[in-house]
Amino acid sequence: MTETSQPNAPKAAPAGGSRATMKKELPERFKSYRHVWVFIEIERGQVHPVSFELLGEGRKLADKLGVELAAVVLGPPGGVEEAVAECFAYGADLAYLIADPLLANYRNEPFSRGLTSLVDTYQPEILLLGATNLGRDLAGSVATTLLTGLTADCTELDVDADASLAATRPTFGGSLLCTIYTLNYRPQMATVRPRVMPMPERQHKPIGRVVTHPLGLVEDDIVTKILGFLPDRDTNKANLAYADIVVAGGLGLGAAENFQLIKALAHALGGDYGCSRPVVQKGWMPAERQIGQTGKTIRPKLYIAAGISGAIQHRVGVEGADLIVAINTDRSAPIFDFAHVGIVADAVRLLPALTDAVTRRFSPHTRDRLAG
Amino acid sequence: MHIVVCIKQVPDSAQIRVHPVTNTIMRQGVPTIVNPYDLFAIEEALRLRDAHGGSVTLVSMGPPNAEDTLRKALAFGADRAVLLTDRYFAGSDTLATSFALASAIHKIGATYGAPDIVFTGKQTIDGDTAQVGPGIAKRLGLLQLTYVSRIVSVDPDAGLIEVERRAEGGIQQLRTRLPCLITMLEGSNAIRRGTMADALKAARAQVVIWTAAEAGIADLTRCGLRGSPTVVKRVFAPGARSDAARMIEPAPTARDSADALIDAIFSAQPALEADIAAAQAAL
Ligand SMILES: Cc1cc2nc3c(=O)[nH]c(=O)nc-3n(C[C@H](O)[C@H](O)[C@H](O)COP(=O)(O)OP(=O)(O)OC[C@H]3O[C@@H](n4cnc5c(N)ncnc54)[C@H](O)[C@@H]3O)c2cc1C
Repeated sequence: MTETSQPNAPKAAPAGGSRATMKKELPERFKSYRHVWVFIEIERGQVHPVSFELLGEGRKLADKLGVELAAVVLGPPGGVEEAVAECFAYGADLAYLIADPLLANYRNEPFSRGLTSLVDTYQPEILLLGATNLGRDLAGSVATTLLTGLTADCTELDVDADASLAATRPTFGGSLLCTIYTLNYRPQMATVRPRVMPMPERQHKPIGRVVTHPLGLVEDDIVTKILGFLPDRDTNKANLAYADIVVAGGLGLGAAENFQLIKALAHALGGDYGCSRPVVQKGWMPAERQIGQTGKTIRPKLYIAAGISGAIQHRVGVEGADLIVAINTDRSAPIFDFAHVGIVADAVRLLPALTDAVTRRFSPHTRDRLAG
Repeated sequence: MHIVVCIKQVPDSAQIRVHPVTNTIMRQGVPTIVNPYDLFAIEEALRLRDAHGGSVTLVSMGPPNAEDTLRKALAFGADRAVLLTDRYFAGSDTLATSFALASAIHKIGATYGAPDIVFTGKQTIDGDTAQVGPGIAKRLGLLQLTYVSRIVSVDPDAGLIEVERRAEGGIQQLRTRLPCLITMLEGSNAIRRGTMADALKAARAQVVIWTAAEAGIADLTRCGLRGSPTVVKRVFAPGARSDAARMIEPAPTARDSADALIDAIFSAQPALEADIAAAQAAL
């Protein structure tokens, strides 16, 4: 019956579209809401790449709608100017800026206050945020305060014929996507996970229009205090989401020890490794190795999936790869619908042979012979 | 202390099947479980109660059969459970869900004492949005602590709590005032095995069942489909890529198959081969 996420439309929607909300009847007070906004996430002085990815996507939406694209920047004075300049380089027409020392580190209260106040004042029709811990923490509060719709973890954004935001995301259950609208409320809010959208080209553009806005809070207004920050220790460990080559294994590998074969091939190729969700659930691999909708989204040049069926939640996490190679014993596995190269084979036997083939191909001996 | 934990009944995703022809989810006969992420919230609530005294109330919005799920969750040792069930809740999106749950928690406060902490799991395994927790916090005016990996200390008398929360690139250490809402990160604790006494108590327990009206909701237009600003317009199966996969014919030996596959990969991505060679030469 109830879904804490999105309604199950096909079952729930009464025939004949009698549901009032299915029709677009935008209330008068929302008609002035215009332009596309991207919330810019800054962590310890650095803009999170997802914000640039969203500017790229926001640019397309704004161009289709014939409106402006704005970057929304909240941070401490001295820490935001560079971020604002970067946003112009990634396509923003203007920036809304709240520069206040209270925004030096993320806290829900001042950030949700600041963003809500900007929305109320300048009235965007679309507001996009990264589906990071910060973005989800903020988006949930802001959407609730504004009483508007928020669609999480979109994999595709578009505007349709009547200029509404069409936000597509996977539904529950393995093989379907759904397109969700916020027809009669504004802004239309959506979050997108890092790496789902491509990184746009950086342009050399002069800094554009900046609209500054006050936060209107003092430290005493904010209840939550930051006591400290413990940075993760091995920050230079390979970052799966940004690897050029990824080899991943699924349930088809059959046993925890077979994931050594995945690691060996990844190592031979100089890449990183991952897995599907059930592999994590079985405890064969740690959660940080999970690829897909609820794990990492990857955009490598080469993705090799061994013993992975290719369920939609996995597919949306890997579709940005330049070349998808599937190894599966079942010719009818859905992964062959979106792989570029495939082989019907037992991965447990093929993986060591692949590692061997790669090693031979790149051995100094072979290289010398090729060179000589 | 009075601690409220929001939980959800979800289909056991490991057992979900999709109809091969219609592509719709076959829900019939799929066993339901407590959303696995919620177990971390339940455990943390029980630990706080055990340390500081008080009681733990579980609350869920769901179909009538979610009563069984609540009873199962009670067996871990919670003190009472409230099920919010009404056809008016059908089709709720995250905004409507947070409205209903916030209303119920308000009523729970009036009935059993105002909560000091409201817990939710990080997200559900079916909807997966992580939006309902922040929504409830905002509606109840509670301070919000999401992705909490550790509760460092709680001082109920001073009304203070210190936590560690997962942020990008590290752990944020925060202190805030009670009452607050916490969404608990997975892996932050391990759910206890309920005692025999708890299991017996849960089996006999009366789950409190409230309709929307009984939960004090006067405005039904804020519930279910009508209270949901988002609408699902289209559900569809993703298409196959326009150009079919190039299938490599398996050879008699794994070695030959592997060579053929590697050839196919590098003929599709010649630049990649040069990159790898350069990287390996640099080692
Ligand atoms: C809300 C939600 C979120 C989810 N998020 C994710 C996510 O982030 N990431 C994710 O991956 N999944 C996710 N899932 C799960 C997803 O729906 C699938 O269940 C999962 O991806 C399947 O994993 P798999 O391909 O490893 O296993 P299976 O679907 O069981 O596939 C195993 C495959 O291996 C093949 N095989 C068997 N033996 C061999 C062999 N010897 N050699 C080669 N192939 C063999 C089989 O033919 C089969 O195709 C999510 C599900 C839900 C409901």
